[in-house]
Amino acid sequence: MASETEVAVTAGADGAQSGLVFHPMDQFIVKPIFGQAGDPVFWYTPTNVTLWLGLSVLAIFALLVMTTSRRAVIPSRGQSVAELSYGFIYKMVEDITGKDGLKYFPYIMTLFMFIVCANFLGLLPTAFTPTSHIAVTAVLGFGVFFAVTILGFVLNGFKFLGLFWVSSAPLALRPILAIIELISYFVRPVSHSIRLAGNMMAGHAVIKVFAAFAAVAAVAPVSIAAIAAIYGLEVLVSFIQAYVFTILTCVYLKDALHPSH
Amino acid sequence: MEGELAQMGQFIGAGLTAFGMGGAAIGVGNVAGNFLAGALRNPSAAAGQTATLFIGIAFAEALGIFSFLVALLLMFAV
Amino acid sequence: MATEPIDLEAAGLCTDAYGSAIGMPQLCDAWFGNQIFWLLVTLVVIYFILSRVALPRIAAILAERQGTITNDIAAAEDLKAKAKDAEAAYEKALADARAEAGRIIDAAKADMKADLEAGVAKADAEIAKRAAEGEKAIAEIREGALVAVKEVAKDTAKEIIAAMGGKADARTVTAAVNARMKG
Repeated sequence: MASETEVAVTAGADGAQSGLVFHPMDQFIVKPIFGQAGDPVFWYTPTNVTLWLGLSVLAIFALLVMTTSRRAVIPSRGQSVAELSYGFIYKMVEDITGKDGLKYFPYIMTLFMFIVCANFLGLLPTAFTPTSHIAVTAVLGFGVFFAVTILGFVLNGFKFLGLFWVSSAPLALRPILAIIELISYFVRPVSHSIRLAGNMMAGHAVIKVFAAFAAVAAVAPVSIAAIAAIYGLEVLVSFIQAYVFTILTCVYLKDALHPSH
Repeated sequence: MEGELAQMGQFIGAGLTAFGMGGAAIGVGNVAGNFLAGALRNPSAAAGQTATLFIGIAFAEALGIFSFLVALLLMFAV
Repeated sequence: MATEPIDLEAAGLCTDAYGSAIGMPQLCDAWFGNQIFWLLVTLVVIYFILSRVALPRIAAILAERQGTITNDIAAAEDLKAKAKDAEAAYEKALADARAEAGRIIDAAKADMKADLEAGVAKADAEIAKRAAEGEKAIAEIREGALVAVKEVAKDTAKEIIAAMGGKADARTVTAAVNARMKG
């Protein structure tokens, strides 16, 4: 754990005796739970990734299952949070994809609850944020991309390619537009996953950088105030990125269900 | 390529990508400002368009994130 | 603690000898497999928790609440209709009572008027009777007075004639007095 909190002035790895040593990236190191940074990590090793993913599962279980166990008609505080998140995603799916998209609601709810819980848990001090890793968000983003593309072809056959053929544009422009649409279609999973990982990583890294400045007495108050401010911003960003990821998933799903422009 | 010169180039490039952040900021501000202008003219229609607002912000912001990614790649991965 | 150097061979290229990150940990491909494996496990677990337990339960709660609200609204409509009926009945009772009261007042007024009229009539009759009696008495008295005056006049005339030395013819005197009295 020491390496994650090693943000103060230390004699760094290169043995420098003075100045600030920044380790803003150390918080993203994957290491076994029963070990230290640098120990070998195999695909099955229980790591800090496993720990925080497991905590996300527990948080979701507590939020959506334990709070609703009494099935009260007049909800308790926890139950109304569960109902609110349910209604929020349900309405989003219904509004964007229409009634026929509702059968994919559990998948989208899974995505949203996972991302929002992982983001918020990652904000705890010394926590590990799984969603700041491109490997994690790429699985989510490309998973959505392939699922939606396959779904589009299964549901619509080759009419799905009409998504790229903008029939409302003049005929001469259509091939050019088709190329642009095609490129933007294939950029989707990249931007979809990097947006989430980049936002989470950027906020956490910036907080770490300011934390390193806090070791210098002259700027410590400014730095701590900045940490507090950025932390507040990060709370907002954590939710908004989960929301944006979910809403873009709904938009892509709508394209698969109704490909005509 | 190795050496001090290459490292200098990396750092300069990484710094230059920070301009991308300004572009994203302009874009996001544009989206939000135009949304607000429209919402003040027709407040009753604003509530239905918040999803569109966030989608627009997300697209504008994604390009800023790309510049950030380029900076990180230059700093750490090249 | 990661302060002592560790085996660089095992660490791969992602961390240095002190356990700090080299470059971006996000781009360390030695860790990809682990993250992806545990992520997939997590997603499957969350999916089953949500689709088997949480979402049906919340949907049931929301449906039950919707049903309760619908029932309550129906019951409220019912009660409202009942309240309206009750209000109409009350209004009707009030109107009836008002009409009844008006009727009673009219009757009372009529009674009083009749009583009053009867009283007035009785009083009038009494007055008329008294007046008649009075007139009769006056007439008797006048009659009496006339007779007395006749007597007096006859007597006086007889006396005067006698005093004058004549002999008064009773019949003539009476006729003269009567003729005079008529005048």
